Amino acid sequence: MVTGIGVLAPGSLGREGFWDQLSAGRTATRRITLFDPAPFRSQVAAEVDFDPAAAGLTPQQIRRMDRAAQFAVVCAREALADSGAELAALPPERIAVSIGSAVGCTMGLEEEYVTLSDGGKNWLVDSSYGVPHLYGYMVPSTLAVEVAHAVGAEGPVSLVSTGCTSGLDSIGHGVQLIEEGSADIVLAGATDAPLSPITAACFDAIKATTPNNADPEHASRPFDRDRDGFVLAEGSAVLILEEKSAAEARGARIYGEFVGFAGRSNAFHMTGLKAEGREMAEAIRAALDQAKLDPTAVGYINAHGSGTKQNDRHETAAFKRSLGDHAYHVPVSSIKSMVGHSLGAIGSIEVAACALALDRQVVPPTANLKNPDAECDLDYVPVTARDHAMDVVLSVGSGFGGFQSAMVLARPGAVPYERS
Amino acid sequence: MSSATNGSSAAPVITGLGVTAPTGLTADEHWAAVLAGKPAIGRITRFDPSSYPVQLAGEVADFDTKARVPSRLIHQTDRWTHLGLSAAAEALEDAEVVPAELPEFEMAVVTAASSGGTEFGQHEMENLYQHDPSWVGAYQSIAWFYAASTGQISIRHGMRGPCGVLCCEQAGGLDAIGQSRRLLRGSSRLVVTGGTDASLCPYGLTAQLSTGNLSTVSDPGRAYLPFDTAASGYVPGEGGAMLILERAADAEARGAGGYARVLGYAAGFDPAPGSERPPALRRTLEAALADAGVTPAGVDVVFADASGVPAQDAAEAAAIRAVFGPGSVPVTAPKTLTGRLYGGGAALDVATAALALRDQVIPHTVGPESPVPGYGLDLVLGEPRAAALRTVLVLARGHGGFNAALVLGRPAS
Repeated sequence: MVTGIGVLAPGSLGREGFWDQLSAGRTATRRITLFDPAPFRSQVAAEVDFDPAAAGLTPQQIRRMDRAAQFAVVCAREALADSGAELAALPPERIAVSIGSAVGCTMGLEEEYVTLSDGGKNWLVDSSYGVPHLYGYMVPSTLAVEVAHAVGAEGPVSLVSTGCTSGLDSIGHGVQLIEEGSADIVLAGATDAPLSPITAACFDAIKATTPNNADPEHASRPFDRDRDGFVLAEGSAVLILEEKSAAEARGARIYGEFVGFAGRSNAFHMTGLKAEGREMAEAIRAALDQAKLDPTAVGYINAHGSGTKQNDRHETAAFKRSLGDHAYHVPVSSIKSMVGHSLGAIGSIEVAACALALDRQVVPPTANLKNPDAECDLDYVPVTARDHAMDVVLSVGSGFGGFQSAMVLARPGAVPYERS
Repeated sequence: MSSATNGSSAAPVITGLGVTAPTGLTADEHWAAVLAGKPAIGRITRFDPSSYPVQLAGEVADFDTKARVPSRLIHQTDRWTHLGLSAAAEALEDAEVVPAELPEFEMAVVTAASSGGTEFGQHEMENLYQHDPSWVGAYQSIAWFYAASTGQISIRHGMRGPCGVLCCEQAGGLDAIGQSRRLLRGSSRLVVTGGTDASLCPYGLTAQLSTGNLSTVSDPGRAYLPFDTAASGYVPGEGGAMLILERAADAEARGAGGYARVLGYAAGFDPAPGSERPPALRRTLEAALADAGVTPAGVDVVFADASGVPAQDAAEAAAIRAVFGPGSVPVTAPKTLTGRLYGGGAALDVATAALALRDQVIPHTVGPESPVPGYGLDLVLGEPRAAALRTVLVLARGHGGFNAALVLGRPAS
């Protein structure tokens, strides 16, 4: 059961601002401000206007934590406050953390590298300039450590790093910890803050990010024939997961219930996708099987929708392959059109959007979708949010490594709890 | 959700081992070096370490990349992935698994990663800052990130099941096996699991130095002495191990007896700094035994985390003593031969423990000569100790507070 949501996404600060933005169809993509984008092919990003002190972090936390860790801790606190859960009343060993991240603490790693190498000059970097928390930047596990410390978790703590499916996989892992009885409450989510020169350069090198520098507000155009790559972004979301009976016993507000999750891999290419979408379709089928749901039960699909041609066609094919004719009758949208693609974090941000969509019975739109790609012929909810009655939503992710993940979330009570 | 009964014949089986470590380029070489007590720690050769306070490491010497890594992948991946690809291929061969003959969606890959492609990343950052963005190569995006090894192994061997990467620093190898066990209770029949690491580049070493946990002793034989009165921290290393873990029924059906069964697993996390609460290792250890259905008296040897940092050694000894009683169970740490392998360390310990179960011998700990008497450990020193081994406990801890414990048993006869 999802009983709390915390979100830091571009264009807003916090859950309600995030939802307002999505339901208004407002884009947060812009010319990069976090570093000078002039030397880069893609100069567009979706940034979070984040002030860590205003968000409640102490000077030492701000100095120690990479931006990605700061995001995750702030989201964890928002989610906990939203849930009303009293962690102090629980044994700490029953509190678990599962955080996803594709690229960990890259900003901190890169900034420190510049100093230690004196601007890249010295391969033999000068260790006497190393900050005390440098190792914490090298290992992404730090992100989970910081969340665990912030909330006093002493149960299983993990950092899940499966590239751009990290944010779905970390929640899937968290749900598993509840189901197998390893924890009573899990803070599950993901965070990434990859807006730094090395990340921009590595996506430039493979032309994955948009070169549409002239019109950054409309640069993220999933399913549109004029799309030309994804918009790099940052952000985080953390959800509070609780066992059903415990959540009900304390009268918690329940946003939704995870009823199915599956991952599959294409074993084809680290970055390439085959057009037929076979492995994503298999993940969707497996997730629905786990939920004991027929494809027609799906009321909304939150697409990966990154805005690359190969992705948009790949997943459109996967939806048809897994849902059959129902694919043409279910609304599909990509919030990356508004908040960009924050690598591992976006999976959790999208699940947060799904939980809010279920709660509010509104489907967020695909912004900037004016001229659909002829090969993308589903209902992508262009431009404007839509009131929509739905009990079951599907969120999918697709990432480097060939990983495909699918998660099914249901309104509380809409689906029988017993499942395989 | 149904939970498999542990400690039973349903426990998954380790049916293949692949090792790429300072002690050897195959599991056999590694095991021979371990039993011979042959240390593999030396002065760093991958770069000139003269300007660093730590100049020792366990390097994977004589790794013939061209022979062990598909040529196309050599320049597309970091050394960390080279070592992982080599170990995974060996493990599959050892298990006599031909992936093309098994259902593609029922084979999974779950690895532990600690720091990703650090050396590759340092090169690309150097390109960026010495030149301009156009100097950054196309493979940075797939070589550096933490999922690189899992992805490449999945692609190379056509494994289309659920893939995973857990980053729990040095405990991650056990968590990857724990996660693999979960997948085997679902729709997967076989998982390639384990981990490797290779962060012996200047930036990687510099980052490791910041913890203050590395030994600055310059004598390779005296630098990493866990549980010893002269303990001074640890020596870093590279490499690791990959394992093939299978559902018991599937392994049996294809006549694979295997090395060991995974009977129990647990993970826990230390309290935040400044807390009065006890560290998590003891209860994690107890939880893994309970999961395995094994009592402390049923454990025949403990493969210790053996940090070499005195305070951490004391904490581990206290946990072992509290659960088993003083000197009541043999404890060993063959990792003194290799140094600590980060994402690869716990996986290599499990491989070593599996070989110990097969050969019914406890490998000894090389290095320590004067264990701290107050620790109350029966540290196996001097030479391997023959013993009837039914059950082995492997402990691992990771920077920041990660704890994990894994219980292995002999394969069902």
